[in-house]
Amino acid sequence: MTTIDKAPTVQSQRAGTGTRGTRILGTLTIVSMVWLIAFGLGFSPADRDQQEAVRIMYVHVPTIWIAYLAFVVTAVASGFYLFKKSLGWDRLAGASAEVGTVFVALTLIVGALWGRLTWGVFWQWDARLTTTALLFVTYVGYLAVRRLGGTHEQRARRSAVIGLLAVLLIPLVHWSVRLWRSLHQEATVLDPDGDIDMDGLMLFSLFVGVIAFTLFYVWLMLHRTRVMAMEDMMEDRGLDEALASRRREAAMPDSEEN
Amino acid sequence: MEDAGFIIGSYVLTFATLALMSWRVLRSGRRLADQIPDEDKYWL
Repeated sequence: MTTIDKAPTVQSQRAGTGTRGTRILGTLTIVSMVWLIAFGLGFSPADRDQQEAVRIMYVHVPTIWIAYLAFVVTAVASGFYLFKKSLGWDRLAGASAEVGTVFVALTLIVGALWGRLTWGVFWQWDARLTTTALLFVTYVGYLAVRRLGGTHEQRARRSAVIGLLAVLLIPLVHWSVRLWRSLHQEATVLDPDGDIDMDGLMLFSLFVGVIAFTLFYVWLMLHRTRVMAMEDMMEDRGLDEALASRRREAAMPDSEEN
Repeated sequence: MEDAGFIIGSYVLTFATLALMSWRVLRSGRRLADQIPDEDKYWL
């Protein structure tokens, strides 16, 4: 019976972090993105007050939804890491925070473009805008802490604590429009009164945006957590090789010193 | 006309960012997959 070499096959090298599942998910994501562009820029009507600027909402609202989702996932995964001590949870937390931070940045930039059209200014030190900027800076800090030196376990433990604390900003951001006098409008869909005062086609376009970005988030998370697992393996391999090299040096006869 | 620039700009910026993120993750996945044996890839 012959043995098979365990070296990476050409097929797996080409696939990278992809599987049949991620390819199906990726296709669904692209289809839903096309729908979002068609409804967001084409089929949905102009708003009575915001006019055409409402079309920015179909990307602006889903971006902050994904950021909230990503940071909640980071907090939950951080909690699981502290409980289970499995690095898989830490990688999930880190990957989700990366995606969430990019989405908050997009929320701020796209929101500024919408603000210029609707309010006449790109930025105001308004409660919602300021707390969202604070959320962004906090998670940039979280990602910086993840890059500090130490073992995987040290990285995981300190970032898990920050991940659990940072998520407390989300209720502050969400409720800031009610806690303080704010220029930013209150929630339309997640209105606590349960009354959604929105045109059906507009609501559908927003819904398509949320679905499209959620699919994208799941797809990207699958790939990113796999990349992070390989990065950790490569780091461990490099450390093992460095240790072996040091041991060889230490085991060498003293002749070289003389 | 100014509105169209801001609206289309918002979409272009958003989708370009998503495309860039996707490309970076897929590229690093392919690069690292070359150096890791298949039995260590839990998704295969």
